[in-house]
Amino acid sequence: MSGRLVDRLGERARRALVNLVRGVLQIVLAFTVNLPLFILAVLSIAFIPLGFGVVMVPGVLQAVRAVANQQRAWAAEWSGVEIPVPYREEPPGGLGPFRRLGLLLTDPATWRDLLWTLLNIPAGLVLGALAGGLTLYGLEGVFVAPVVATVTEYGWGPFWPLEDYGVAGYAGTVVLGAALTVVSLPLGGVFLKAHAVFTQSLLAPTKGALTARVRQLAESRSETVDASAAELRRIERDLHDGAQARLVALSMNIGLAEEMMKHDPETARQLLAEARASSGMALTELRDLVRGIHPPVLAERGLDGAVRALALTLPLPVDVRIDLPGRADAPVESAAYFAVAEILANVVKHSGARRAWLQIEHAGGRLLMIVGDDGTGGAEPARGGGMRGIERRLAAFDGTMAVTSPPGGPTVVTMELPCALSSPKTLPSSGTG
Amino acid sequence: MRVVIAEDLALLRDGLIRLLGAFGFEVVEAVDNGPSLLRALTGHRPDVAVVDVRLPPTFTDEGLRAALEARERVPGLPVLVLSQHVEQLYARELLSDSSGGIGYLLKDRVSDVAQFVDAVRRVAAGGTALDPDVVAQLLTRHAREEPLQRLTPREREVLGLMAEGRSNAAIAGRLFVTEKAISKHTNSIFGKLGLPPSEDDNRRVLAVLAYLGS
Repeated sequence: MSGRLVDRLGERARRALVNLVRGVLQIVLAFTVNLPLFILAVLSIAFIPLGFGVVMVPGVLQAVRAVANQQRAWAAEWSGVEIPVPYREEPPGGLGPFRRLGLLLTDPATWRDLLWTLLNIPAGLVLGALAGGLTLYGLEGVFVAPVVATVTEYGWGPFWPLEDYGVAGYAGTVVLGAALTVVSLPLGGVFLKAHAVFTQSLLAPTKGALTARVRQLAESRSETVDASAAELRRIERDLHDGAQARLVALSMNIGLAEEMMKHDPETARQLLAEARASSGMALTELRDLVRGIHPPVLAERGLDGAVRALALTLPLPVDVRIDLPGRADAPVESAAYFAVAEILANVVKHSGARRAWLQIEHAGGRLLMIVGDDGTGGAEPARGGGMRGIERRLAAFDGTMAVTSPPGGPTVVTMELPCALSSPKTLPSSGTG
Repeated sequence: MRVVIAEDLALLRDGLIRLLGAFGFEVVEAVDNGPSLLRALTGHRPDVAVVDVRLPPTFTDEGLRAALEARERVPGLPVLVLSQHVEQLYARELLSDSSGGIGYLLKDRVSDVAQFVDAVRRVAAGGTALDPDVVAQLLTRHAREEPLQRLTPREREVLGLMAEGRSNAAIAGRLFVTEKAISKHTNSIFGKLGLPPSEDDNRRVLAVLAYLGS
């Protein structure tokens, strides 16, 4: 029984020590990072009229955001206070220095970050110090103050009633110190939580940011709805003009052959041969149509197998590396597949590349797809066309695409899709899969 | 000749049974899902199996997997796989044990009854029957690669037909030349691909595999 008590005390002491360290970290952050960063930010903004602020501000604000994000991570990890990231997204395709500056300075989150950077200097100190300070003070009352006071006048006398009350004073100090230690042990977590709530009040998205997010979602949804409606119309047209028409002609030919059978078997035979050829064409058309909607190999083998199968059909060697422990939801899989397929089609059509490579992996709740080639570069997503289509496809799932393609190459396209993987994939029992 | 059929659509299954029956095959079992296919293949050990790639219960590549597993347990078991679409990936997997007796065709090919039955017989005899679609893809894809560039256009044509699984006589008929001319071409192809004469290996299969593997 006493063993369990010791265990529980040990656990409490360990937690108190961890909180103490975290408090110290907060103080260090407040003074060695927040303080200089705030001064630097104010200065760089003041330098904007002088010109070099234009270059400085984005870098400094990037650092401010990094610190704020670290604080968000700590709030979540230490106190369970989740703080979403509120920053406005940079439009894809990159920005000029002035447009980037404008975007940064008109983002309310930037100013709230700066306010937090300033206020966290005292708040980090006070709440960080309280977190472990009370415990330390209690321990000092038990172990240090009574000992030191016997040899010299103890500077912290007013806090511990040592000299004035003689033996009772010493005894009281030890008892009060012990009581303070025990009471303050769980308080460390409370102060850290208080700091997290203070952080949340400044670093969480405001109503405005949420409104902007809702607007962005509404936009991407309407784009998605438009795109899929257009896709359905295309499929309907293809079926109507292609396979359906061919099947009508086919049944007509067969009907005619039936009639001819008795009088003119030779013509009937020709009609039947024609009918078979036309049924073959209808099947080919249907197959292409199905492939355009959802490639069968994607349904059968998932993204992994489908991308490998795709790479095999390209006229240039593609080095494929895929590490996926499971399969994503079908719509995400499909968006990812068509994005990769479109990029590879661009590589074949425009890049003049001799080789391409392709890497797909899943980490941190995101599907990461990178396609590169050794072509001539100069790919321009802003020009519209295929790349814009991929962006729309990915945006429907909150995915992003970044293209680096300097003239002369090489081109690297990086795509990210937030998604979860499920049900581990099953491989064929043999084969080179 | 004893044959096992695996096809989940009743209409197609009945059609295949009737078609193969008309050409003198004995259909020992016709199944409609992956697990029973594996049981039928390892139980009956038929002379040839005609298998749909997509089968219940998962409706993915159940048939292909069952065929691969059956060939692992019964090496060289002749299997002709039919599919609504053909993928090089699947062709590679089927050919990977290089023991022959493999076919992989689009379902459409069934409509040319004589050719289809010929393909089934070829597979049963330990040969190959690759869909012209797969072969065409192979040849365009590898056209840029070294050894194939050394082939003359005529030799490439011959290799294409050989990859589909046709005999020298059949190729000669197709190209309107003598069988002797074709055998000269094939020897030249084997030479350029570095395939020495050997009694154990089927050099025709190896020539195709050289491309699948590269």
